Amino acid sequence: MNYSNLFRIAVRALFRNKMRAFLTMLGIIIGVASVIAMLAIGEGSKASIREEMSGMGTNMVMIMPNFQRRGGVSLGTSNSNVLKLSDVTALRNEAVTLTAVSPEIRASGQVIYSNENTQTTIYGVSEEYLPIKKLEVKAGRIFNSAEVRNMSKVCLLGQTVVENLFGKGADPVGLTIRIKNLPFLIIGTLEDKGESGMGQDQDDLIIAPYSTVQRRLAAIDYINGIYASAVSEEKSAAAIAEASEILRRTHKLKESAENDFRIMSQSELIERVSSITNIMTILLGAIAGISLLVGGIGIMNIMLVSVTERTREIGLRMSVGGRGRDILKQFLVESMLLSILGGLLGIIFGYLIAKLAGSLMDSEPLVKTQSVVLAFIVCFIIGVFFGWYPARKAANLNPIDALRYE
Amino acid sequence: MNNIVIETNNLRKDYHIGEVTVHALRGVDMKIHEGEFVAIMGASGSGKSTMLNILGCLDKPSVGSYCLDGVDVNTMNRDETARLRNRKLGFVFQSYNLLARTTALENVELPLFYNGKIKARERKERAVKALEDVGLADRMHHMPNQLSGGQQQRVAIARSLVNDPVLILADEPTGNLDTRTSFGIMELFQELNSKGRTIVYVTHEPDIARFATRNVIFRDGKIQKESQVADRYFATEMLKNLGPEIEEDFD
Ligand SMILES: Nc1ncnc2c1ncn2[C@@H]1O[C@H](COP(=O)(O)OP(=O)(O)O)[C@@H](O)[C@H]1O
Ligand SMILES: [Mg+2]
Repeated sequence: MNYSNLFRIAVRALFRNKMRAFLTMLGIIIGVASVIAMLAIGEGSKASIREEMSGMGTNMVMIMPNFQRRGGVSLGTSNSNVLKLSDVTALRNEAVTLTAVSPEIRASGQVIYSNENTQTTIYGVSEEYLPIKKLEVKAGRIFNSAEVRNMSKVCLLGQTVVENLFGKGADPVGLTIRIKNLPFLIIGTLEDKGESGMGQDQDDLIIAPYSTVQRRLAAIDYINGIYASAVSEEKSAAAIAEASEILRRTHKLKESAENDFRIMSQSELIERVSSITNIMTILLGAIAGISLLVGGIGIMNIMLVSVTERTREIGLRMSVGGRGRDILKQFLVESMLLSILGGLLGIIFGYLIAKLAGSLMDSEPLVKTQSVVLAFIVCFIIGVFFGWYPARKAANLNPIDALRYE
Repeated sequence: MNNIVIETNNLRKDYHIGEVTVHALRGVDMKIHEGEFVAIMGASGSGKSTMLNILGCLDKPSVGSYCLDGVDVNTMNRDETARLRNRKLGFVFQSYNLLARTTALENVELPLFYNGKIKARERKERAVKALEDVGLADRMHHMPNQLSGGQQQRVAIARSLVNDPVLILADEPTGNLDTRTSFGIMELFQELNSKGRTIVYVTHEPDIARFATRNVIFRDGKIQKESQVADRYFATEMLKNLGPEIEEDFD
């Protein structure tokens, strides 16, 4: 029997039992749809996190004090103040793998302009901070070295702060605000950055010269962190090694002592987050894969029932000259049709689910051709594999036994 | 004498059910020539169906040889016997065995689907011709459940004819039918036989057996008696004698 006839017979057999065929396919539809949707959502959030994090500069190197924490409890505050401005100077002078270095001193407090006020974080940094963190001046200018030296009360505002104090899109350059009751001249505003991959508002900040923030606002002799740029993304690891060496020397750490600071690169961080989202994607995919398998077992179940139910038909087909392999092919085509049809519908539904999920979440889901191809291949294999066993059973029947079957 | 279509030698068939062995056939020698019209008779359980199934290559004997149209069936594998059924045999069952929800035409076409040499066009032409031969030209697109028992059996006979077989085998073809319809089927068989078709059928009704030219009587898995039918019935006459069909009023 040729394939076009087999195909017609299979289509007719499925149409005769529309409801049952649909219910069988439902297993596959749900399985494939969830595989496609889960992988799309996983891939989508991975891509968006990666993109967000790259937006912060892929060759950024961060240095923080090494908080000794056990079970979330800080063991003394002594080691939160290990980083000093002298470390910044040392890195700036000695590290050949770093192009820019800036301290970071954070102070949070109330900011007031006439009747408006807002709570935000003031970052005390050097001019180099902007290129390191991929920040850009929108209006006005960045402070100069004289203003840093003189601890001038000048600042630049992030767009959220501008919006909170002056309204959206206003240009407050030249106005004076009060930060923790000290008057600060606004010399510039920063470009919009949007939310970070972790859902943080990156525009809710004020930057000011580190000297001003350290002395006038925070009143501390240490710094909260150091931000630097490696000469290139590839040199990140080398930069970490060199910076560690310099800091261990300036901190006078013994050979055996652990680092009293933590140092990591953005590219390292991206890798780490990516591997987490990878695991998440695999996990989601695996769960969806199980439902696909259950769908496959559904097909096998139906095919078994179908073969048993149609044993007399098989007997008749054999009695008029159908060979074992004709019968085998007939049932294989039928189950393959079921799974491929289910697979196609599943892909469509999966795509729609991913779209829907995308409109509810921030990340745009990414339906990869690979996952579609994978789902389709899996479907095909399920069809062949789970159709094969019952079909084989039917094909091996003796014609007379099949005819007499009750 | 005509060609020998069927020749069996010491045909035996045993069924093993647990410890018990049932000897369904205990050594049957049978010879049937081309153009014969044979009725196999016998009590229930005497092995008639077993014999016919073996003749129809639906089953294999435990012992003994069977030559169909000059070829030894015992040496054939499954695929070869399937081909044999497809090309040389037509089988008619007591319970018609039509595919449900499939038109009469497609039911009749079925054997030709399993013959790769026959293209769609020829398949259809031959099925139409076979249905015309059994007098169902106007029922081609009916489903089995839209046909009477007699009509369904005619479709089954058309199906057995469509591959132009050397032999038609029928196991109690009139078993489910009333007298008049049975005679109708026998009329059809006699007509086919008069055109040279070899037919072997099983029946336990002596009346139905008298339409054949030869009777073979089975008893306990053996041939008890063979005889030419002396006072043969002719279905066309018998139907005339039954008188016109009574149209019952169900209003
Ligand atoms: N598949 C089978 N398994 C076991 N015994 C069988 C089977 N088919 C037939 N028989 C036995 O073989 C004997 C002959 O059966 P059968 O050929 O059907 O008789 P008939 O058709 O003359 O009534 C009976 O005793 C029956 O019980
Ligand atoms: Mg019987």
